Amino acid sequence: MEYDVVVVGAGPAGCMTAKTCAERGLSVLLLEKDAEIGAPKRCAEGISMRGFERAGLEYNRRYIAQEIDGAVLWSPSGKSVVMQSEESRGYVLERKVFEKYLARDAIMAGAKVMMKASAVGLLKRDGEVGGVVVESMGEQEEVKAKIVIGADGVESKIGRMAGIKTLNVLKDYISGFQYEMAGVSNLDMRKIHLWFGNNIAPKGYLWVFPKGDEISNVGIGIPGTENEKKRAREYLDEFISEHPEFFANASPIEVNSGGVPVSGYIKESFVSDGLMLVGDAAQMVNPIHGGGMSTNLYAAQICGRVAAEAIGEGDTSKERLMQYEREWRETDGKRMEKLLKLRYFLENLSDEDFEYFADVLSGEDINNMQKGKTKFLLKMLVKKPKLLLYAKRFLSG
Amino acid sequence: MAAVCDRERCIHCGGCVGVCPKDAITLRETRIEVDSKRCINCGLCAKFCPVGAMRIEDGV
Ligand SMILES: Cc1cc2nc3c(=O)[nH]c(=O)nc-3n(C[C@H](O)[C@H](O)[C@H](O)COP(=O)(O)OP(=O)(O)OC[C@H]3O[C@@H](n4cnc5c(N)ncnc54)[C@H](O)[C@@H]3O)c2cc1C
Repeated sequence: MEYDVVVVGAGPAGCMTAKTCAERGLSVLLLEKDAEIGAPKRCAEGISMRGFERAGLEYNRRYIAQEIDGAVLWSPSGKSVVMQSEESRGYVLERKVFEKYLARDAIMAGAKVMMKASAVGLLKRDGEVGGVVVESMGEQEEVKAKIVIGADGVESKIGRMAGIKTLNVLKDYISGFQYEMAGVSNLDMRKIHLWFGNNIAPKGYLWVFPKGDEISNVGIGIPGTENEKKRAREYLDEFISEHPEFFANASPIEVNSGGVPVSGYIKESFVSDGLMLVGDAAQMVNPIHGGGMSTNLYAAQICGRVAAEAIGEGDTSKERLMQYEREWRETDGKRMEKLLKLRYFLENLSDEDFEYFADVLSGEDINNMQKGKTKFLLKMLVKKPKLLLYAKRFLSG
Repeated sequence: MAAVCDRERCIHCGGCVGVCPKDAITLRETRIEVDSKRCINCGLCAKFCPVGAMRIEDGV
């Protein structure tokens, strides 16, 4: 078998890359090792309106579970700050359906999909990556390709096989645990809810993302370094039992977990001769909230376009493919670097600091902070010398 | 010694694969596989696991 492009992994990143390549006339094979696209779900299913629209997607009630018009941030003692602006609008998706539709879009554009098909090795051609070894239903075969695209998520082996350092370090790798629950009550179900505090979710946060019909994703993410003595799962169970006002009548209907890479993105190169990495495989996740779909789908569009252009020119060298990496670094990459600094700043906050913020910050302030507009923070922090010190460190770099 | 996965607890999210410095862990569809020849017992997978399914065990 021979294709222009083989994409490994049919998550959001892989499906979108396959679609983009196929739309540009390439022959594309998309490999998925599991028996189902979209499952198991390792996600709270939230995506901003901006991220959704930027990916060229349209409203579809089959996979949009709930429209979201804002976010509520909760301090450790239960004070809340409401964010409600154009930027905080979004959707909670039904990812098991959403991803199948992304795969469908790739297929409609001309891509071929192979299920229960695992890429287990790389083929070499004149020193470049020239395809993959596929294992499917107990049989192995070689698939040649001009470019191999690793969209194989946090378990990425493709990058490692090509000698790219894709290893996650515990401090920049979130240990995530979640229940999808029915019966959560007393929360505004048109907003996502985030709780902060060092006894609730140290250096991370805990969330409720509503999906409509009294169903919600209730989860937690904390850095791997915080997960040793007490597990993400234990923190979440404790919170649920301590908040009967929300959970007294709720029970889980699904259990999820996963690792979230929050380094910003792989700092060393994530392309090589005949090979590109995209999505979680390249750690392209928003370091503040751990959402990966928006950034992954955006990167996938660049990745697919550059792959098509490179193949059109007959040059699939690392140098040529670097265009993808440069475009990413100059756009979302820059944003991710800022947000990574913001995350390190937030990680230093004590519960007392969270309470202070809940008292003085408005939803709009927090929105500005997320966009990297942070000058106002300094003014506010003059009263808190310790915080000012942290803030200066992250504002200056 | 090597890392072992408690299949009763594991929900095969594959998160541990991403922190293994020796590439000793693989997520098969519904099962974590540890290559005990590669494993160096660093314990990073055990530290990361959200549900406490990975641990380092003697004599495996
Ligand atoms: C608890 C939790 C909550 C989250 N919440 C959100 C959220 O609310 N919003 C958001 O945007 N993001 C969220 N994320 C992050 C988001 O889920 C990821 O960023 C996103 O799924 C990454 O997409 P991907 O396509 O890069 O990888 P994945 O979705 O992981 O897809 C990779 C695919 O590759 C397949 N694969 C792997 N190896 C091979 C191989 N060798 N051969 C063939 N196939 C292979 C896998 O089976 C998988 O289907 C969350 C993550 C976690 C863990």
